[in-house]
Amino acid sequence: MEKKIRVLIVKPGLDGHDRGAKVIARALRDAGMEVIYTGLRQTPKMIVNAALQEDVDVIGLSILSGAHMTLVPRVLELLKAAGLKDRLVFVGGIIPQEDAHELKALGVLQVYGPGTSTTQVIADIHAALKAA
Amino acid sequence: MDLVKRVLNGDPNCVSRLLTLVESESPQGADALDLLFPHTGKAHMIGITGPSGSGKSTLVNRLAVMIADTRESKVGIIAVDPTSPFSGGALLGDRVRMRYLAPREDIFIRSMATRGALGGLAGAIDEAVLVLDAAGYDPLLIETVGAGQSEVDIARLAHTTVVVEVPGLGDDIQAAKAGILEIADILVVNKSDRPQAQAAASALKTMLELGEEIRQGQQGMIEKMWKVPLVMTSALNGDGVADVYEAIADHRRFLLDTDGIYQQDAHRMKDLLERLIRERLFNDWQAVVHQERYAQLLDQVSHRKLSPRMALKELLGDVTI
Repeated sequence: MEKKIRVLIVKPGLDGHDRGAKVIARALRDAGMEVIYTGLRQTPKMIVNAALQEDVDVIGLSILSGAHMTLVPRVLELLKAAGLKDRLVFVGGIIPQEDAHELKALGVLQVYGPGTSTTQVIADIHAALKAA
Repeated sequence: MDLVKRVLNGDPNCVSRLLTLVESESPQGADALDLLFPHTGKAHMIGITGPSGSGKSTLVNRLAVMIADTRESKVGIIAVDPTSPFSGGALLGDRVRMRYLAPREDIFIRSMATRGALGGLAGAIDEAVLVLDAAGYDPLLIETVGAGQSEVDIARLAHTTVVVEVPGLGDDIQAAKAGILEIADILVVNKSDRPQAQAAASALKTMLELGEEIRQGQQGMIEKMWKVPLVMTSALNGDGVADVYEAIADHRRFLLDTDGIYQQDAHRMKDLLERLIRERLFNDWQAVVHQERYAQLLDQVSHRKLSPRMALKELLGDVTI
């Protein structure tokens, strides 16, 4: 059996808008990936623990609360501390351009805004895993 | 082998990595399992099964906290959800109901997809439990996919099988049909706050008692027979969960007192070995069967000149494996 791509889709922090996360989770499932969905209000510690236990290749963070500049760097920091620096991280939500640049500089693979096609996300994941 | 040593020391990164390796059937994972095997057989395996939405994950969430807090042992959880037969992908959502466990380091949760297995568990479940067992997780809570009438593999794997039912799923004839009720060591009626809960519990209890009478009639009075307890819970608010925990502990004591635990393990190992033999033979059939002859016979079958059974006889008649 070939190795399946495993993806963790999470909603970090205090933000109940999970439609985008569910759409992405469903699209990745239909693209043949194993998607672990953890639900709302996840702390960075919970996210990293889940990533570790599930041995995911990719972590998708969906944030519409505006707290991305606090939450995302913290997740990246804890991932590094847990020995999971090699995992791909992407962020989706309402993220201003300059923040997106900063997040990418910190190691986020891609930042997706409203209207992104799911095909694009799937293609990016395949390309990034191939390169890794 | 470094990976093996670190798994034995309980390094969660290595446990996680090895689970991936055995799940993808890599030779490296298989080699590691060979070395870990002598260190397994310690964990008590508790199966949790029942229909979709009956509250399995919520119950597992409650039980895991209770066990980890009272026994001060590391608890392992494997939660299985179905793989899509169309895309091969899966949405594994059991962690949503296990959010209290997520930040804890003494509870290890792994979501597994069925990857084509049909009995309610994942293809590599036998290997996955060995990994967690060797790493010192005890007990292991194994949650099946939403199960109904035929997903009964968990009974072969687990020492104690907990079947979670809910009110409103059918009448007493549903309860009398063959299926997951037969495999229960402990029967839980969850969502006990629902109006129909008491009626459902009564119907299930009648069926359990009937089953016991029949078994006794067939086998004579056995000195020690396990009497399946029925426990009412509301897993969401925690009512009755302590009773489930106690029933599990009782069942474990019963298994130890009656040597049932060794008989179970013997069965489990037989299943495991037979599965490996079957898989090997199955995978190697193309090497045994003459390919050209196979194509010819298939053509004849397609044209209704030969029945599939006759073709089989032609192909394998004199083959001994």
